Amino acid sequence: MSLLNKLDTVAAARKALLPEGIEVFGTPIEEVYSSTEAKIGSHRILFLGTNNYLGLTFAPECLQAAHAAIDSEGTGTTGSRMANGSYGGHRALERELADFYHCQSCIVFTTGYQANLATISGLAGAGDVVLIDGDSHASIYDGCRLSGAEIIRFRHNDMTDLDKRLRRLGERSRSTLIIAEGIYSMLGDQAPLADIVRLKNSYNSILLLDEAHSLGVLGPTGQGLAEETGLSDKVDFITGTFSKSLGGIGGYCVSNHPQLDQLRYVSRPYIFTASPTPATIASTRAALKLLHDGIELRQQLWKNARQLYSRLRELGYQLGPEPSPVIANILDTPQQALALWKGLLERKIYVNLILPPAAPDGKSLVRCSVSAVHTSEQMNYVGQSFAELRDIIFQ
Amino acid sequence: MASNYPDILQKLYHHLKQFTGPDVEITPQTDLINQLAIDSVKLLNLIMEIEDEFDISIPINALADVQTVHELANLIHQIKSAKQ
Repeated sequence: MSLLNKLDTVAAARKALLPEGIEVFGTPIEEVYSSTEAKIGSHRILFLGTNNYLGLTFAPECLQAAHAAIDSEGTGTTGSRMANGSYGGHRALERELADFYHCQSCIVFTTGYQANLATISGLAGAGDVVLIDGDSHASIYDGCRLSGAEIIRFRHNDMTDLDKRLRRLGERSRSTLIIAEGIYSMLGDQAPLADIVRLKNSYNSILLLDEAHSLGVLGPTGQGLAEETGLSDKVDFITGTFSKSLGGIGGYCVSNHPQLDQLRYVSRPYIFTASPTPATIASTRAALKLLHDGIELRQQLWKNARQLYSRLRELGYQLGPEPSPVIANILDTPQQALALWKGLLERKIYVNLILPPAAPDGKSLVRCSVSAVHTSEQMNYVGQSFAELRDIIFQ
Repeated sequence: MASNYPDILQKLYHHLKQFTGPDVEITPQTDLINQLAIDSVKLLNLIMEIEDEFDISIPINALADVQTVHELANLIHQIKSAKQ
């Protein structure tokens, strides 16, 4: 097989699964009207597949901050955090995030993906073990691979399985990094954090919690699952992203371990990437204030999420195990999932389609992401559309 | 509990039967990906079953060198031997 032949295999698999002319992945968005509406093709559609949980992408405070930063600091830093890319705003955001989490230290990264890549590969190394949930995000898998540590999976949210794997490690559990997520992106379910903390204490391991999908969504001030469960001081490292509830792009890690700051000198994804743009940093700082004070936004988000989850369950759709702003419709076949995705798009609703092997257990997912700024009319319309499609999908 | 190579191989055959028809013979040289069509997700799920069977943990990294049934059996044997 030549170098390029393996990509022909990908093309063939894609062609077999997806009809010509349908751009399921990377659907072109022609115009964006608001946090919840955009133009695809010639149609005005409702966004129900973004991670814009608090709807802050058009918040006036964020727009104004970003405009001002471009005017005063330019369009980009053209350098790494390690070199000329650490502006005052980058450092200020790190202090603000550390204060937000009541932690000693914070590092800001260029993307959420890189936050996991940099943190995991900086913390763990050859001879160490990383113990990860089977449904972990790709950034966690890739960070583990980059670390050179031994990677062991435990069954998704299965604490008996985690216990068993820690026990098998013996003394090596002391040099083990356990990784879990506040809300899992595939099914929208939460990690059983109290049990994970109990196990990590029992085996003297270190715990990293990725709050990418739970930041802004859980906890009285929106910190995430650790705050929601009162376990913030029991988690060693928290990573997260700016590209969901904060409406920008970037990532972070916070911790009370003084060693966190040393990652700046050993972590390749931190050192060898240009830093976030001034506009990104400025809008994120503004969004963080809104998120912190956004109790009403969180209440509205959960109201919308519970309403849609209940409606879809009533209609007989198979869903993830608990109500969440990430609502995954689980379909047995890719064809069913594609039909539902197409049917929703024909009704001017955009959601995410996830096909095997990306979806767990060989199933396919049509994943909805609810926002606090979806109106009750929009949510009702979504419910009505799913009702219309039910008989077509499951005939 | 199986810890020698032939025992491990027999138990592996049992787990791999789910990926073949009843008439297909699995040998040590059987290629997991090309002959049994075990994709990356199926392989990770299979590994979890095997881990429970042998009460071991198999690092994902170690699977990069595993192509055949023999190589998988050998890996399990090495991990079990290191534990004892």
